[in-house]
Amino acid sequence: MQGAAWHDARVTQTQSDYRLSQLDQLEAESIHIFREVAAEFEKPVLMFSGGKDSIVMLRLAEKAFYPAKIPFSILQVDTGLDFPEVMETRDRWVARLGVNLVVASIDDAIKNGIIPDAAKISRNRLQIPTLLNAIEENGFTAAFGGGRRDEEKARAKERVYSHRDEFGQWDPKNQRPELWSLYNGRLHEGEHMRIFPISNWTELDVWDYIGREGIEIPDIYFSHQRRVFERDGMLMSETPLNPLRDGEVVSERTVRFRTCGDITLTGCVESTASTIDEIIDEVAVARKTERGATRGDDRFSEAAMEDRKKEGYF
Amino acid sequence: MATTDMDLLRFATAGSVDDGKSTLIGRLLLDSKAIFEDQLEAVEATSVSKGYDYTDLALLTDGLRSEREQGITIDVAYRYFATPSRKFIIADTPGHVQYTRNMVTGASTADLGLVLVDARQGLTEQSRRHAVILSLLRVPHLVLAVNKMDLVDFDQEVFDKIHREFTQFATKLNVPDLEVIPISALQGDNVVNRSEHMPWYSGPTLMHHLEHVHVASDRDLIDARFPVQFVVRPKSDEFHDYRGYAGQVAGGILKPGDEIVVLPSGMTSKISKIDLFDKEITEAFPPMSVTVHLEDDVDVSRGDMIARVNNAPTPSQDIDAMVCWMTNTPLQPRQKLAIKHTTRTGRALVKDIAYRLDVNTLHRDQETKELGVNEIGRVTLRTTVPLLVDPYSKNRTTGSFILIDEATGVTVGAGMING
Ligand SMILES: Nc1nc2c(ncn2[C@@H]2O[C@H](COP(=O)(O)OP(=O)(O)OP(=O)(O)O)[C@@H](O)[C@H]2O)c(=O)[nH]1
Ligand SMILES: [Mg+2]
Repeated sequence: MQGAAWHDARVTQTQSDYRLSQLDQLEAESIHIFREVAAEFEKPVLMFSGGKDSIVMLRLAEKAFYPAKIPFSILQVDTGLDFPEVMETRDRWVARLGVNLVVASIDDAIKNGIIPDAAKISRNRLQIPTLLNAIEENGFTAAFGGGRRDEEKARAKERVYSHRDEFGQWDPKNQRPELWSLYNGRLHEGEHMRIFPISNWTELDVWDYIGREGIEIPDIYFSHQRRVFERDGMLMSETPLNPLRDGEVVSERTVRFRTCGDITLTGCVESTASTIDEIIDEVAVARKTERGATRGDDRFSEAAMEDRKKEGYF
Repeated sequence: MATTDMDLLRFATAGSVDDGKSTLIGRLLLDSKAIFEDQLEAVEATSVSKGYDYTDLALLTDGLRSEREQGITIDVAYRYFATPSRKFIIADTPGHVQYTRNMVTGASTADLGLVLVDARQGLTEQSRRHAVILSLLRVPHLVLAVNKMDLVDFDQEVFDKIHREFTQFATKLNVPDLEVIPISALQGDNVVNRSEHMPWYSGPTLMHHLEHVHVASDRDLIDARFPVQFVVRPKSDEFHDYRGYAGQVAGGILKPGDEIVVLPSGMTSKISKIDLFDKEITEAFPPMSVTVHLEDDVDVSRGDMIARVNNAPTPSQDIDAMVCWMTNTPLQPRQKLAIKHTTRTGRALVKDIAYRLDVNTLHRDQETKELGVNEIGRVTLRTTVPLLVDPYSKNRTTGSFILIDEATGVTVGAGMING
């Protein structure tokens, strides 16, 4: 019960100087955002990937409305290429919080003719129309995402309330001003807002928070033995979903993941970090960004993230 | 090296286009070892392919395709780094006058404003405009960084002249704390490392100043203000009678037992308890997000404000404020707009534009009865609902509002209440 012990400590500590640590300030800001959105939007939804950032979002949402349940659903885009460990963690969180889970599956979207069955288009790109279709079909007016500004240079530019037009597109050159903590949620018919409540958190903050709160994240973030092969300078999981190419050799290594995405595009790093504290030590001295080190989907071009975001990506 | 007990400093860059703001942020991150290898490699590769003589550090923050093509900043970039004692949130804002609204966005939450001036050019209209905006926004600490000292042979006279000129201008503004530092963002002089080229300068480096500037005293712990965001009413058997008012403390210290008044209704009660998630706490203060419970079953909803009986804002429908206008169609008397103040929304009618501020001379122009894009002026409004306001000089949260165009839904004005 790490979380509970910490709260007790804070009450006595803050009585003396009325200061909040930077992590507490971030938490307070995120909770404020969750409550604003719940109050002002007709039908918000939380986009849940199962990764550490979306789990931190869930925890913040839990705290924002406690002891009431989280007053919106959770949406997951099922790529069919997700790590099984991630799905198991997702199910436990959903059961514990008693929230409604909406799954938008790429396979179903193809079957129902909503998106084209194009073998040439990567699953990663197919997430975009699947997501936009789910938002439109369910009438969601605001979708929380776990994007952080420290992750990537296009994300570093995005507002907390990020406006999407009726095609789900982001217009980075024409964003609305966003002043103080006065968020503007005005929408026209068919438009929606992406909301990034943990915009100002860094990778290290996320880990500190997970440690402090003592919350469950998928095992793949911790060091484990895995059969992997090298591709484009990254270590990829051996899986039937991702057939080996010529010259690729599988070997067993001690690894962990820094991000959780599509199993065919997300690489792992060699690591013996098996506790949160060890991960924090590792992150603090890391020389590469988490996405640069382990995300094939961001490597296509210099503006890969910006281009996908313009189309409606998370 | 846990970040859990660090404090936080938010700062924003400001100044004319090409004065070196983004380069400076790149330099600050690089010299404090906050740049990852893959980020630096990408920026080096782009610089080489564009045929630059040196690595363009501005590319570390200018992340949009159009910014890289045009070599200017268009929208705010947020960057993060930490030293053992402090975490920094940097807003690198654009200097171009067309994107002033984005500069205001980045500066509105800043504890410190970092104004850059090109040593060769001295103060420009845009440096003055940004200094005026920072002072109106009551950003409590200001740093003037005289940049590109390498291009003026690190000449002390050039620095002293700009220093004097700015200090003189700043006397007319509200600048409680000013530091002036000669730097070269490109070469790193006085950014993180002390310059060898300017032995005549004995003040702090920029980094040293950022790490030590005192920010704790900038909050109001006297006047309790709690705008209600959300009423928590669990529909469950276990918490059947739970009724809590969720919000973020905007001022003062709240404690169980405090006699409070709910505005605008004026009903009074006492705080029975304060929840922080599943724990009861004995005090709540800014910027904590908490849930407050009252002893009596008074009617409280979103948009209401909880304050102390003997220290409450006055509900008012007549608002007198400085407004920064951010859209191409000018603000004119009789115009109707939506207004958002704390958690309260309503409509506002522009009654009068008392004057337009000339950012160069600080002259109050009473002839022009409108505000063009990026202009600042004193405006009076009549609102449909009473707002629970304090002067912006007392409280940045309860003293600020935004104006929204009702047709487009876009935020078009930023207001700071006078008084
Ligand atoms: N010689 C020299 N050049 C500098 C220095 N700082 C910046 N520059 C150059 O000045 C140019 C503009 O720099 P930026 O950092 O993009 O300027 P900015 O203030 O961010 O511009 P906007 O964001 O568009 O307002 C670039 O070519 C920089 O390399 C300096 O200290 N010395
Ligand atoms: Mg710039």
